Amino acid sequence: MDLLEYIELVFTDYTLRTITMGTAVLGAICGMLGSFAVLRKQSLLGDAISHAALPGIAIAFLIIETKSNSIFLLGALISGLVGTFWIRGITRKTHLKSDTALGLILSLFFGFGMLLLTYIQKIPNAHQAGLANYLFGQAATLMEADVWLMTVVTGISLIVLLLFWKELKLLLFDSDYTKTLGFNVQFLDILITSFIVIAIVLGLQTVGVVLMSAMLLAPAAAARQWTNSLGIMVILAAIIGASSGIVGTAISASQNNLSTGPVIVLVAATFVLFSFIFSPKRGLLFREIRFRKNRNDLELHKTLSFMYNIAKTHKNISHPHAIKILNNFQGFSKRSLKELADKDYIQLKRNTWSMTEAGFNTASNLYDQLTNQNQ
Amino acid sequence: MSNAQIEIQLIAILVAIACALPGTFLVLRKMALITDAISHSILPGIVVGFFITQDLSSPLLIFLAALTGVLTVVLVEFIQKTGLVKEDTAIGLVFPALFSIGVIMIAKNANDVHLDIDAVLLGELAFAPFDRFIYNDLDLGPKSLWVIGIILLVTITLLITFFKELKLSTFDAGLAAALGLSPVVLHYGLMTVASITTVGAFDAVGAILVIALMIAPAATAYLLTNDLKKMLLLAATFGVVCALSGYWIAHWLDISISGAMTTTLGILFLLVYLFAKNKGLFSVLYRQKRQRLEVSLLTFLLHLQNHKDDATERHVKHLNEHINWQKVQSKSVLRLALQNNMIQINNDIISLTEKGEHFAEEAINYIMTNKNAEIENMKNRFFLFRG
Repeated sequence: MDLLEYIELVFTDYTLRTITMGTAVLGAICGMLGSFAVLRKQSLLGDAISHAALPGIAIAFLIIETKSNSIFLLGALISGLVGTFWIRGITRKTHLKSDTALGLILSLFFGFGMLLLTYIQKIPNAHQAGLANYLFGQAATLMEADVWLMTVVTGISLIVLLLFWKELKLLLFDSDYTKTLGFNVQFLDILITSFIVIAIVLGLQTVGVVLMSAMLLAPAAAARQWTNSLGIMVILAAIIGASSGIVGTAISASQNNLSTGPVIVLVAATFVLFSFIFSPKRGLLFREIRFRKNRNDLELHKTLSFMYNIAKTHKNISHPHAIKILNNFQGFSKRSLKELADKDYIQLKRNTWSMTEAGFNTASNLYDQLTNQNQ
Repeated sequence: MSNAQIEIQLIAILVAIACALPGTFLVLRKMALITDAISHSILPGIVVGFFITQDLSSPLLIFLAALTGVLTVVLVEFIQKTGLVKEDTAIGLVFPALFSIGVIMIAKNANDVHLDIDAVLLGELAFAPFDRFIYNDLDLGPKSLWVIGIILLVTITLLITFFKELKLSTFDAGLAAALGLSPVVLHYGLMTVASITTVGAFDAVGAILVIALMIAPAATAYLLTNDLKKMLLLAATFGVVCALSGYWIAHWLDISISGAMTTTLGILFLLVYLFAKNKGLFSVLYRQKRQRLEVSLLTFLLHLQNHKDDATERHVKHLNEHINWQKVQSKSVLRLALQNNMIQINNDIISLTEKGEHFAEEAINYIMTNKNAEIENMKNRFFLFRG
């Protein structure tokens, strides 16, 4: 299947369209809210919450005894919130650290959820099939109504984000200052955490309990590499999230036996890897290039100042010297000499070098700057 | 009890102890979440190992999977060192990616692999006795019993040999490094043990419940003691108790054994979290309330001392306005002060007794000389009743 054909199929095929829309919207909301989670150093809270949501789904099923996505989401939301507040309780009231609290809630809730799931499997009830889909997500079960729900929630969270934009931004970067300005920090904290929980719960059906945290983190971590502005980061993260959703759906639709959730996560991870390496300001590649360039500059300057020290002992600064006398100095190489010549700091003639006026001035300034700094 | 039941319980006990020991150190070193990462990301290692050996308890598979676990730690640390993202984000990025690769590998080869996702998450302790270790037609018991038994033996040997070093580097990494203990070796040693234990336990309890067995007993024990040896013992005991009770609950309700084990761990943690002496939620809340009341009392006595000559400031009715207290709080502060003979009330005017004056003077002395900690001792000397 080639690309054009696939794009045409997305617009004509109901199921594919719904899934693509669903994963795109999900990616967008996760990217948006995930930016806050990443910046607040709550990255793994998403992991804990998504696992903690499982017993909620199971209990919701036990109560209504039939399959209803919206009720399941409500159950997941409640148990996710219970988990979140218990984590806060543990870290605030005891000396256990946040990593322990997260790991505890994650595994204990998940274990309890699994216990309920195996219990449900024993009940003779035709509707129970599909509950296990929440573990890894099953994008194929998305309905148009689910996509609408996601869109509405995304809209609401966008409005709330815009309404509380400056407060949330302030809270993010300087919570003590926010407190002294008289904002209700606890309210803001709970507000943003609740929205993160909502985003996670929305994604459970598509990506599943186990991989949901990556959906939240990866777009935000990728976006973070390209900008230092919160607004741009949130928008970028939303775009990256949506693209991972669309591309992931396309890849998994074009192959057999590929569940959508893991593929989307891998696509998002690829985005992160790309950003880590190629982002111009923070990326590893450009950082390495900058390091090299700085190191070369330093060596060049060292050579130049060494030459300056020799040249200044002569009346005529352009007096030629043998290259040999540089030999007991480590910093020079043929290439660096040529580079110095290219910059017109020195002139090379066969086995000798002589300093130019420009080179002499630059070198003496180098020296001045150093002594000025020392004083 | 049938033979199989005894074997299952034996495996459960060994898994619980083998997890609790490294878990204690991970909790103390604030690295609990690395178990989360390891337990997920060993999946691709297990799948590759399974392709090669077709046997879930072969040593090669365990080696490959443990290698993936250590690789995860290295990868997380590498990403963290670049400074591009924080440590928690690095963990959160690495393990879902590796886990996804594992899931996709299983899904793509679903027909050839006898390894399904449910087993990965939950493990199947109930089937463990069927995979037996047979040597020269001699039945030597279930394979997983041997695997986890050997892992536990190695863990305990390492623990006893390097106990001093581990203890030192856990509580004072700087001193340990200064004394010449390599932090890197200890760190990766612990990570390797944790990885191998995770893989060994994986077979029995599954990817996510390994985390529960590592963290929950240690965290519960940490709420009860500050002594490392006691903590290790308590954690192991909690693990064993929950493993056994979990098994019987599962047996009784016919549900997943590992799910029931985790749930009992959860209930145990909840109980300790609520009721632990000194560190439990209720005792913390009680202590905070008492502290608040006693600080209020101190403020109140200082206020009285300040206004020795001004009777209007010391009128009972004026308490609310002057110190800005709620009515209920003023009442309990007054009662506490009266109980301790700090004040006397004549015609609704409050004045300090001799003891009260003495107390206030000493307190203000300590506050001015910045020895606030002394006030706690002073309370013991003066108070007949605590807040």
